[in-house]
Amino acid sequence: MKIKIVVGTALLGLILFHQVSAQQTSYPSRFGFGRLATTTEIALWDIDVRPDGKGLPAGQGDVLKGKVIYTSKCMACHGNNDTDLSKIKLPAPLLVSDTLAKSRPKAIGNYWPYATTLFDYIRRTMPYNQPGSLTDNEVYSITAYLLYANKIIKQNQFLNAKTLPGIVMPAKKLFIMDDRKGGPEVR
Amino acid sequence: MKVQKKDKQVIKSNKISRRTLLAGMVAAAVLPVNPIFAKHVQTGPHTVPEPPEDPTKTIGPGPSAQGKRSTFEHPIRKFSETSSRSPLQDFHSTITPSDLHYERHHAGVPIIDPQKYELLIHGMVERPMKFTLAELKRFPAVSRICFLECAGNFRGGKEELTPQEILGLTSQSEWTGVMLSTLFREVGADPKALWFLAEGSDAAVMTRSVPVKKAWDDAMIVYAQNGEAIRPEQGYPVRLLLPGWEGNMNIKWLRRIELSDEPYMTREETSKYTYPVKDRIRMFSFEMDARSIITFPSYPQKIMPGWVEIRGIAWSGRGKIEKVEVSTDAGKTWQDARLQDPVLSKAHTYFRHLWQWNGNPTEILSRAVDETGYVQPTLQQLAEARGTAMGGYHMNPITSWQIKTDGSTLFKPE
Ligand code: HEC
Repeated sequence: MKIKIVVGTALLGLILFHQVSAQQTSYPSRFGFGRLATTTEIALWDIDVRPDGKGLPAGQGDVLKGKVIYTSKCMACHGNNDTDLSKIKLPAPLLVSDTLAKSRPKAIGNYWPYATTLFDYIRRTMPYNQPGSLTDNEVYSITAYLLYANKIIKQNQFLNAKTLPGIVMPAKKLFIMDDRKGGPEVR
Repeated sequence: MKVQKKDKQVIKSNKISRRTLLAGMVAAAVLPVNPIFAKHVQTGPHTVPEPPEDPTKTIGPGPSAQGKRSTFEHPIRKFSETSSRSPLQDFHSTITPSDLHYERHHAGVPIIDPQKYELLIHGMVERPMKFTLAELKRFPAVSRICFLECAGNFRGGKEELTPQEILGLTSQSEWTGVMLSTLFREVGADPKALWFLAEGSDAAVMTRSVPVKKAWDDAMIVYAQNGEAIRPEQGYPVRLLLPGWEGNMNIKWLRRIELSDEPYMTREETSKYTYPVKDRIRMFSFEMDARSIITFPSYPQKIMPGWVEIRGIAWSGRGKIEKVEVSTDAGKTWQDARLQDPVLSKAHTYFRHLWQWNGNPTEILSRAVDETGYVQPTLQQLAEARGTAMGGYHMNPITSWQIKTDGSTLFKPE
């Protein structure tokens, strides 16, 4: 029944559209294609985390647990601090680096402006060979370990949805939005 | 570093295979298979039919289900573990054959069943909705020709580089799909939403934040490339298309769009695709700056004294190319090149300039000017504006070629 009515309305819409087709741009406000998404469907895919913490799941992690997971699931590709990675097939970016004082290769400690990005990225795509296989608690722990190894948090700090967004990253103050608009000036 | 080395190996082996392919053809015609060429004989000559002495005296093969390139033509992408580059020097106009479109992906090319495909749009909307591929195709469709370019497109450092190696992370297609604004009206986008997150369904679950303004301007959700379904490497079955904006934001294998009042600060827009400008790090450089490259003559081609038509492409992410200037005296004087019509906004524009080469060594270069009045800068101008630690993103310096006395052409590294 419902479908028939929708089709009927759409047809009527089409006819009306035809009659006023002199106005080329008279799109209907809605076409009625697609369907409402359920909250379960949205929850399944909605995994993003914003800098203000929106999207962070329940759970908690700590530096020591994180170090254990890092050693077994990440170190093979990402190395430890200054390990030479040239023998590894997929050269993965260095994750631990000194903070701003000494200019080290781009890494979390001297280049990442938001701690939430680390949680979001690791949860969505790492470890590279088993993407999306970590539990939320494991991701909190690895995030804690990487922030500790980059000298941003203390070894005894726990991470959860409350504490993670509060962490101020050393590189945050360096970031500026591009405001170029074209024109003759080279910037 | 490692990637570059790999690229070089690939290039070498391609050269060998092309040369030996021809040699192999001759050998195969005359001799039983020569063991030296055995490897190439498998991939090459048995697919190359012997051309008849006089094609007017032999009836050729009839129609077939799917056409192929002439067996004498072998344009190829050059690939590393993370990307592949378009052979710019092999193109005579501006539509990139789909199988030669550049690639950059972060966790491989996913296989997505078009029957199961759905796009979710939610967040700051009246009605969170899902659309199947068939439903997306029911909306009014639009086609548009525009370029795509990786924000990290530029490589230099040595003389023996082809246009493909220097600047091959750009390609152009005619894309077809639905305007994103049409879908935003369908879901009732909240006027207070300022950003949207676009997310892919590859193993990188790639995400970028995009200003909502782009959706009302010219963003599209596309399912076709050059008339047929999008190639898997280009996002099959559906990708986001943001004309003129850096490649990474044109999320492929698009599964989700979430409207929001602030950006998400994803890894790609913070740790990657940002670059040092003096003592700051610049982020959210969306538009690709105007640039150009001469694709003929270029390394490893050779020219002869006399008339030479210099050819190349120019483009800008901010609109139309206003003009392209060519210099044949190492930048002392500049002349306007002829632009091929139609000149489209945010599109590769083909330019040509007739030149009489007197046989003396010189340098030839091109610079693009776009409709905002922006003039493609030199590397030195960029370094002055940004500092010397500029990184590799959004680098669009004028590139020049050295013409040697014997007519050979070499890239001029700065
Ligand atoms: C099989 C090798 C491999 C393993 C194992 C692996 N990674 Fe990665 N990782 C990579 C590669 C390759 C990249 C770069 C991906 C790209 O280019 O987008 C990367 C990127 C990253 C980045 C982003 C770095 C940056 O500077 O942007 C982070 C953070 C990261 N990995 C964390 C982890 C963590 C945490 C683990 C363990 C749970 C892990 N990785 C395990 C290969 C690996």
